[in-house]
Amino acid sequence: MKTRIMGFFGAVNQSCFGGDSYSYLCRSSVSSFCFNSSRTANQLDSLYVSDDDNNQALDFPGGKVTFSSQMRFISETGENRVPCYRVLDDNGEPIIGSNYEQLTKELAVKMYGNMVTLQMMDTIFYEAQRQGRISFYVTSLGEEAINIASAAALTPDDVVMPQYREPGVLLWRGFTLQEFANQCFGNKADYGKGRQMPIHYGSNKLNYFTVSSPIATQLPQAVGAAYSLKMDKKDACVVTYIGDGGTSEGDFHAALNFAAVMEAPVVFICRNNGWAISTHISEQFRSDGIVVKGQAYGIRSIRIDGNDALAVYCAIHAAREMAVSEQRPILVECLTYRVGHHSTSDDSTKYRPIEEIEYWKSARNPVNRYRKWVERNGWWSDEEDRELRSNVRKELLQVIQLAEKTDKHPVTELFADVYDAPPLNLQEQEKQLRETITRHPKDYPSSVPV
Amino acid sequence: MAAKLRSYGRGLAPLLWRRGLSNASSSTMIQQQQQQQSGKSMNLYSAINQALHIVLETDPRAYVFGEDVSFGGVFRCTTGLVDRFGKNRVFNTPLCEQGIVGFGIGLAAMGNRAIAEIQFADYIYPAFDQIVNEAAKFRYRSGNQFNCGGLTIRAPYGAVEHGGHYHSQSPEAFFCHVPGIKVVIPRSPREAKGLLLSCIRDPNPVVFFEPKLLYRKAVEEVPEDDYMLPLSEAEVIREGSDITLVGWGAQLSIMEQACIDAEKDGISCELIDLKTLIPWDKETVETSVRKTGRLLISHEAPVTGGFGAEISASIVERCFLRLEAPVARVCGLDTPFPLVFEPFYVPNKNKILDAIKSTVNY
Repeated sequence: MKTRIMGFFGAVNQSCFGGDSYSYLCRSSVSSFCFNSSRTANQLDSLYVSDDDNNQALDFPGGKVTFSSQMRFISETGENRVPCYRVLDDNGEPIIGSNYEQLTKELAVKMYGNMVTLQMMDTIFYEAQRQGRISFYVTSLGEEAINIASAAALTPDDVVMPQYREPGVLLWRGFTLQEFANQCFGNKADYGKGRQMPIHYGSNKLNYFTVSSPIATQLPQAVGAAYSLKMDKKDACVVTYIGDGGTSEGDFHAALNFAAVMEAPVVFICRNNGWAISTHISEQFRSDGIVVKGQAYGIRSIRIDGNDALAVYCAIHAAREMAVSEQRPILVECLTYRVGHHSTSDDSTKYRPIEEIEYWKSARNPVNRYRKWVERNGWWSDEEDRELRSNVRKELLQVIQLAEKTDKHPVTELFADVYDAPPLNLQEQEKQLRETITRHPKDYPSSVPV
Repeated sequence: MAAKLRSYGRGLAPLLWRRGLSNASSSTMIQQQQQQQSGKSMNLYSAINQALHIVLETDPRAYVFGEDVSFGGVFRCTTGLVDRFGKNRVFNTPLCEQGIVGFGIGLAAMGNRAIAEIQFADYIYPAFDQIVNEAAKFRYRSGNQFNCGGLTIRAPYGAVEHGGHYHSQSPEAFFCHVPGIKVVIPRSPREAKGLLLSCIRDPNPVVFFEPKLLYRKAVEEVPEDDYMLPLSEAEVIREGSDITLVGWGAQLSIMEQACIDAEKDGISCELIDLKTLIPWDKETVETSVRKTGRLLISHEAPVTGGFGAEISASIVERCFLRLEAPVARVCGLDTPFPLVFEPFYVPNKNKILDAIKSTVNY
């Protein structure tokens, strides 16, 4: 174990070696993973020493509680911060002694290709917004490893309830760049029928619930969906994502508590990227991040380096295996950084130093780090990289052009899907609106067929 | 009151249902006249309990959950369910309304009938975001790729003579401002059973407010079989020619007493049970007001911004030239629901009777 400074997070231990008390993850294969959760970062041991006769222990729901004559308050913090599991060092080299799942070349290269594609989609869609072609955009820059590696660790049957900075999960599952573009342009090929702002993707086919803007609302829903999988005895779990800011919402606490009590197979993935729009995590909570909140709810938890694709892959793979085989929730805190602005409506240089952004963009770049590892294995070359980027770029420009030219959904879709069938008030309002359009056609965009 | 309520099922207006409901092939959608068939005499909570038994029996994907539902619920509506259907399908949840509704949305989104109980309507507000931003928009925002139509939220509402601020509220108007959900309130045991079965089987999320004052007080014959009553259809429960009265839930029994007293003074009142508040049946109310030329709306919730305002505005739009007096609203006061002042706060019989007279004599 060693300690180093990770930017704004302060000192965080990075654990990678087998044999010490923190090596509770990632042997060479999933089947031989060792989950010694009872030893997991238990920093309260000293408090559990009782000086009383055990026979007098209080028989209280949940197990025997021993007595103590000492009035000891539990400390608000542990002695050390919970360490952060990782596999690759900053140069993309596996840390000596680290245990992780061996990826096949095919899987490893596909992950890299998807990370690059996601990064390029973000860059070009962001530009399209800047040119006024789409109304809004949110990038996942800096969080490509969490997006792609977590998706790669799941099965297609695992149900995803996303927040909004996880489009890479959809990309991994086969959502095409054209489908992304169609949603951002809200055209008639958008499954959401142009009703929501850009980046609110959803795909029934790909088991990815439609994004909604309110923060953390998906978390208790994920527990309900997971309970359904449990009742149906499905070999699948629900995976749901949240940012650091979202953990302050009531729904976060509701969801963790429900998940523990209902023993629901759900994996909570928290992308702790340091910033909730302009609110720094030091203004968001005073706990040691998110990971420590799991134990308070009776949920097994781990902190990982979210910029290490291999660590993300291994940890999420292990988490979903535990969630499904043991029918229990798991909490994963990924330490990362939001390299982009919150959205196209935000300028983050107003509230955080450019040097900090640059540090995470370059020195801690998750795509570069992972590429070094793939290259070191002899699986990737500069030539292949140039070709990939050139192809993705061409495709992105094509899909934007096509999405832009495509008509919007007709106005009747304004009234559909509020209910399974339009009630009388909506039928009446549609009729009135059509009469208004006839009288004032110039008030309405011609791209929406009447 | 129980004696009065016994007559409520015998509506006079024939009800025709507009479309079938999903997953209800074994059930019958019945018209009001057919309900006169004999049933077992029971109170409102027992009727709710019977509906829940039926739905758990007929649909293996139905779940009942909420605070304290396992032992039968604080109002006994879920009595016996856990013994019959097991703790996987009928279970207590942590004390957290936003969690209950969020959980229910997720469960429903996976193709289940999620029947969530909020212990009192007064405590539904922590779940407001889940209902308004999530359940109501789930289908629309996904372009009908996903829906949580299997969700039904049950919550006891309304005055109960000793409930004070937090066991008496009628929050229905908040939810009537939300496209995408339905709001339904029954007036009697027979109605409660048939409407609840319709709500649970309706392919849209529904908030079902139960008049807790009537849980034990209201007793009537309730058919034992599996039957459903149509949503979004109001019912004329008393015919008259001088003034139309519109209400829902527990308020109807108060309104009927006022109608009976008005009749002694030679005023003929038509009384309508709206039943579904959104999407509501404007046509039945409009037809009645075209006949009587006068409208009175009564609800327990505060008058300002109450659903009575919406009914009033809509009917004025449609029947302006036919109206012979301003639309009257006899509602709760614009105060928090008070404990010792409850008799002053509520829209009681004589407040309604006075309004009937002043409207007719306008």
